[in-house]
Amino acid sequence: MRSRFWGGVHPAGRKELSADVPPTPCPPPKQVIIPLQQHIGKPCTPLVKAGDMVKMGQRIGDGEGMCAPVHASVSGRVRTVEACRHPSGFTCPAVVIENDGQDAYASELAPIADPASLDADGLIGRIHGAGIVGMGGATFPTDIKASIGKVETLIANACECEPYITADDALICSDADRAIGGLLLLRQILNPARTVIAIEDNKKNAIAALADRLKTRPEIELAVLPTRYPQGAEKQLIQVLTGRQVPSGGLPRDVGCAVFNIATCASIRRAVAEGEPLLRRIVTVTGRGVKEPKNLIVPIGTPISDVVAAAGGLTDDVWKVIAGGPMMGKAQPDLTAPVTKGVNAVVALTRAENGEAAHHSCIRCGKCVTVCPMGLQPLYLYRFSGCGDREMLRRYNILDCIECGCCAYACPGKLPIVAAIRTGKRLVKEGK
Amino acid sequence: MEFDVSSSPHIRSGDSTRRIMLDVLIALVPTLIAGTVIFGLRALAVAAVSVAAAVLGEWLWRLVTRQYNTVGDLSAAVTGLLLALTLPATVPYWAAAVGALFAVVVVKGCFGGLGQNIFNPALAARALLMLVIPAAMTRFAAPGTALPLTGAVDIASSATPLHHMVMPALPEVSLLDMFLGNTGGCIGEVSALALLIGGAYLVARDVIKLRIPVSYLGTVAVLTLLFPRGQDPLLWMAYSLLGGGVLLGALFMASDYATSPATPGGQVLYGVGCGALTVLFRYVGLYPEGVTYAVLLMNAASWLLERFTPTRLFGAPQRKGGLR
Repeated sequence: MRSRFWGGVHPAGRKELSADVPPTPCPPPKQVIIPLQQHIGKPCTPLVKAGDMVKMGQRIGDGEGMCAPVHASVSGRVRTVEACRHPSGFTCPAVVIENDGQDAYASELAPIADPASLDADGLIGRIHGAGIVGMGGATFPTDIKASIGKVETLIANACECEPYITADDALICSDADRAIGGLLLLRQILNPARTVIAIEDNKKNAIAALADRLKTRPEIELAVLPTRYPQGAEKQLIQVLTGRQVPSGGLPRDVGCAVFNIATCASIRRAVAEGEPLLRRIVTVTGRGVKEPKNLIVPIGTPISDVVAAAGGLTDDVWKVIAGGPMMGKAQPDLTAPVTKGVNAVVALTRAENGEAAHHSCIRCGKCVTVCPMGLQPLYLYRFSGCGDREMLRRYNILDCIECGCCAYACPGKLPIVAAIRTGKRLVKEGK
Repeated sequence: MEFDVSSSPHIRSGDSTRRIMLDVLIALVPTLIAGTVIFGLRALAVAAVSVAAAVLGEWLWRLVTRQYNTVGDLSAAVTGLLLALTLPATVPYWAAAVGALFAVVVVKGCFGGLGQNIFNPALAARALLMLVIPAAMTRFAAPGTALPLTGAVDIASSATPLHHMVMPALPEVSLLDMFLGNTGGCIGEVSALALLIGGAYLVARDVIKLRIPVSYLGTVAVLTLLFPRGQDPLLWMAYSLLGGGVLLGALFMASDYATSPATPGGQVLYGVGCGALTVLFRYVGLYPEGVTYAVLLMNAASWLLERFTPTRLFGAPQRKGGLR
């Protein structure tokens, strides 16, 4: 049952900058910065201290409860454990490791030749041990997401609806077997009646690669969807594929669904079959602000400066550097923050790409209402956030906003609607 | 190296306020040309005076109130042009200028500027002029009359189609003449063809949605068909839609963003309200025309309509209705 999601926009994809460039390894960084929080939940406690020697794959941070362990992505000496800049904008304790270049590897997880022999608990334990989180950007711990018993529909999200980003595209083109392998393991855990890989129709090569391999796997459905942002947002994708709406304040499991990013699937396969924790990911380095846009295989913790250097460096007219995509990513004040598990792209924009910065008045054109995929009225969220009216913000359901940015993208007044909504959300949460 | 760190989204659509206003101006060009062809250069001069006064008023108001200059967003030019199109070509130039100043300074500026005004500035200014100089506002030249470019116009008013319809009787002009604009009336209301071309342009450019114009015109059509005041209900409906300012009102006035509801449901109700009030005022009002007051009254109701028609929240437990 296919349907359409509400609203949405169709920005210029700009994926041609980095599409069809096979992912290449990023040159080994001199040091990596491994934040102890790379997931939604409680931060890890460091398991190492300054001066310790660590091996690649070694667990260096872990914790109780909703927590995903972090691992050393290179071997070498721990220089310090201190507060560092996180790509999401806050500061967070991080283990800084000087790379000795040896790549001496030691994983707690033994490779498993026959993953089909594992039961659900065994698989979930592995996923947790490997520190896997949602790699599409939300960084929800994958083991917790997978621990919900049985679902009706299991969805692998390869939409990659954000403009510019081609990381999942590159992953599928280069590593489709691993991605599908991971999805099969999730099937083993969740026992779904229906398994879907969702992808947008602008990724022809990836679609061909998937279709070729799925010929012998009738249990997996390939859904090629018309390109439209934010198709890859969890709630919108579920709506498109099942026609069901995740209840306000609820979770996908409330409508019998579980959604995993396609890169997360590949990492699951790597962890279970090869015993390798989440040590690296594909990052698209792109935008007209970098000289050689490309897809890089980057060790987690590599400073953004190294990643940018590997793409030929920044141009002189660069205006903004974003961790993540241009619709939802976080603008970086400098290049010191590291690539974390959820950073799928580093996008350097020129001023022309960034667009006009002036803020005019709201002319009540209603475009924000038309494009909102959540059925909100962003113009009023903007207004009531401006005057700090908690009660009205709550009545206009501010907490349902997914911050996809469609409203501000479409706004002819170029109003900073999303920024205002974030402020408003904080107000409402504080006021409870 | 310093980077900009403003909030996401980091890319923007090509839409801008200026582009929207420019589109409205472009959409009004056919109507302005039609008005000039029908009533002569004086019609063009009235429009020029009105636009100039509106732009000057906007600039001065923002200067005096120490706000940034907004002349560049072209909204004042739109207001000036819209006002001119609601005036007869015979109107004194000073009246057009006073109306335009009233529109941008009092109706818009004093309420907080673009997007904040409750009432449509052009229509509110027209209402003011109707109150102050009713005779000059209803002195309509017959099409093709040679109007002097300078000085006062001293002609006897010719009857417009609406003057016949208020009697009530079907107008003497043919439907084709009314469609093309070969009849008496205000500068911008006579040529349905020109208005429809402009409206189609606005819809094609996605500047306006069809909800308000269609619900407005649809309501007028249904009501005049159900309650005709002529022999032939269909003919009566056709004359009702083509006569007076209904098309100008439905396409360019009622669809004004600032003074209409922002919710889709509210827009439909608003259009229905405009249509119903227009027919009511035409049937029982003092003046033959009712568009101005119908739209202005619905302007005042638009916040209420908006609250009655909240958008449907994704994943809402159940439909929330009623006042918020």
